[in-house]
Amino acid sequence: MADLKKHDTPLLNELKKGPFPSFVDDLETRANTGVQCCYDLLGQLELSYVHKETHWKHGGIVGVFGYGGGVIGRYSDAPKEFPSIAHFHTLRVNQPASKFYNSRFLRKLCDMWDHRGSGICNFHGSTGDMILIGTSTDQLEPTFYDLSHQFDMDLGGSGSNLRTPSCCMGKARCEFSCLDTQAITYDLTMTYQDELHRPAFPYKFKFKTSGCPNDCVAAIARACTSIIGTWRDNIRIDQKAVQAYIGGELKPNAGAFSDRDWGAFDIQKEVIDLCPTRCMWMDGNELKIDDRECTRCMHCINVMPSALRPGVDCGATILNGAKAPILEGAQMSTLIIPFMKMEYPYQEFKDYVELMWDWWMEEGKNRERLGELIQRQGLAHYIIDILGREPIPQHVREPRSNPYPFWKEEEVPGGWTRSLEDFRKRHAA
Amino acid sequence: MIDTSMYKDDPGYNIQELLDKPYDPELADREYNPDKPMAGRLTDQGPPHFEQFFPEVIKKNYGKWLTHEFLQSGVIKYTSETGDVMWVVRCATPRLVTTNLLREIADIADKFCEGCCRWTTRNSLEWHVTDEGTLKELIEFLNNLKHPGGSYKFPIGGTGAGITNIVHTQGWIHCHTPATDASGMVKAVMDDMFEYWNSHKLPAKLRISMACCLNMCGAVHCSDIALLGIHRKPPFVEDDRITGVCEVPLAIAACPTAAIKPATVELADGKKVKSVRVKNERCMFCGNCYTMCPAMPLADEEGDGVAILAGGKISNRITRPSFSKLIVPYIPNELPRFDSVCKIVRQIVEAYEKGANKYERLGDWATRVGWERFFEQCNLPFTDKSIDDYRLAYDTYHTTTQFKWSSHTDKMM
Repeated sequence: MADLKKHDTPLLNELKKGPFPSFVDDLETRANTGVQCCYDLLGQLELSYVHKETHWKHGGIVGVFGYGGGVIGRYSDAPKEFPSIAHFHTLRVNQPASKFYNSRFLRKLCDMWDHRGSGICNFHGSTGDMILIGTSTDQLEPTFYDLSHQFDMDLGGSGSNLRTPSCCMGKARCEFSCLDTQAITYDLTMTYQDELHRPAFPYKFKFKTSGCPNDCVAAIARACTSIIGTWRDNIRIDQKAVQAYIGGELKPNAGAFSDRDWGAFDIQKEVIDLCPTRCMWMDGNELKIDDRECTRCMHCINVMPSALRPGVDCGATILNGAKAPILEGAQMSTLIIPFMKMEYPYQEFKDYVELMWDWWMEEGKNRERLGELIQRQGLAHYIIDILGREPIPQHVREPRSNPYPFWKEEEVPGGWTRSLEDFRKRHAA
Repeated sequence: MIDTSMYKDDPGYNIQELLDKPYDPELADREYNPDKPMAGRLTDQGPPHFEQFFPEVIKKNYGKWLTHEFLQSGVIKYTSETGDVMWVVRCATPRLVTTNLLREIADIADKFCEGCCRWTTRNSLEWHVTDEGTLKELIEFLNNLKHPGGSYKFPIGGTGAGITNIVHTQGWIHCHTPATDASGMVKAVMDDMFEYWNSHKLPAKLRISMACCLNMCGAVHCSDIALLGIHRKPPFVEDDRITGVCEVPLAIAACPTAAIKPATVELADGKKVKSVRVKNERCMFCGNCYTMCPAMPLADEEGDGVAILAGGKISNRITRPSFSKLIVPYIPNELPRFDSVCKIVRQIVEAYEKGANKYERLGDWATRVGWERFFEQCNLPFTDKSIDDYRLAYDTYHTTTQFKWSSHTDKMM
């Protein structure tokens, strides 16, 4: 406890005020128990608030033996002022799918991290890993040893490898979930351990699995392969419950609009007219859906969860290529496989992954995401030549509007070799 | 119960016995030998299997849930086909948490929830209880738990037609490329938006996301409101260290506008080195070169700041997913509470609250009323920076005669 140096943080102190949980207070509470690196982190953050610039140096290559990822190097650029965070590396720890924990785990993790590092964490990083923020280079191997021996746990991915897969809470709580999102995520993580720990890809690759098109894990926005649950058959309708919504006994959208008076529920205005394909109607007292015309957007189900449920013949819609703007612009995932059954051991899915990865590893430039490679070499080429699938209208939002397809020689009668002499006999130059 | 027997030989299948053993701070010191790193090394074990962390009610009802109901903001009641009922209480966290807070979380979990809890995709914490009495006690307990400075440790909310937790990045707490701070901005904005965190009064759910730089480590590019750190000055080039710290061709290839070219330069001591030069007028300050090369930093207190984008969404509900669009190109970094960012976010949220129909997401509302009306009703100026000039810019051009008269055209009458 002696020789603890607390820095003045007048700017950060302002962030203790207000109702939202204050990370400054949390860090300071910990610092006050005798943890110098928390004081130093706050001190350096305060300096950043004054300078309006970061005080962390560019990365640096640190890691654990045999793994090419999972550890992010971080060094302070003001080590004289904040010596206890001179090295402040981060470890990504692969979380249990859908992020359920118990108290025994949390306490033992705290004991370990208090001993090996700063005691500061992110629950969680954006990709989904637990993040242990702040330890020195010499503690990296012992931390990994502790994680692997005292927890049977492992690091997550970073760098040009498979990033830790993550998912929505799926069947653990959600009646909409068409997939066992956790089982899929766990299985893919265990199957592809080598790809996760040893960077062999042109750049990062992400799997994300959502149980339904609500997509609560944002798979369509950020996954190279988005696995989104859907169904092939009909929405299940409980007509009695439909009447209960119409009659006001059941609250629309499960009460999600409860703090504003939107008036009495009007099924025509709020459900039938908002259906993007207009495939619903009332037939007397019965709600009807033309499921063949339904695009499974989830709106009607979200509004009347006690009356409507997804079908039972479930599987995944597989999309590829989402990414953030760097480098060639942002992309959403593009629909590649309309429906694939996802049942253990997911062999059909894994066969498709092999084709996709073989192509991307072979053809991808350095730091080229899958979505960018698809743009560069062409969606049709990817779907037809690489994946061996038939092109279907569901692959496009609309057909191309420029008339420039690359016809192949074998598609054109007579091929491309022809006689100039004959041509000129018919047409004077 | 789900069948997980196919994984029973996986190292993480059941780690409860391991967890019951106290942490041994000396194990690694005793057993790990840096000269023989492979001895006793356990790798490729993967994560622990998820099922072991479920509360009993979830193990029993996995895949059997029938319906749900929001009793109030942050409190959800689930009913199963088996007749079992479970309540979930959702609380905000700042994502950045210390082991002090985690230990408190473990204590609360033990006291009310059979030791279990979970985190959501957007960094909220969720507690599961199976009787109403415990639910009431838990809610009261959480409502009274505060940090020394007065903020709630675990404020309840974040469900339904409200604003949930802000997905964000490391910022100045831990990142080398940020143009602004993340945790501080999230705190300030959520303080101001708190009335929407713990209520269901918006036309639909609204997602605010924050990224401290253009790398956008999260899904900021598809949010109702996106707060983005930006740089506005081209990078330095440190000729005397560049070849020692990076591969020059990678730095050149990193630039999306081909603004970086190789250059042989002469240092002060007469030595010639292979370096680069940046064509400043082609630079759009993305910082990708700095990501590849430590000798090209670009952070600057005057240049850096915050851009605000709006109108994105991820879900497929009614309308297709869409990108966030640039609305406010630059706000300076105002520390510590980012007052202008908070003010503008409020302007946008209030205009949306007033103008949108039920179920319309912010982007849907803007599309319906037209972007000219959006800028007018949010009381925000339209600037040249909102006109696209990057890849696929054509997709955003207005190729129709259909427009509304607005304050922008009133000036021309």
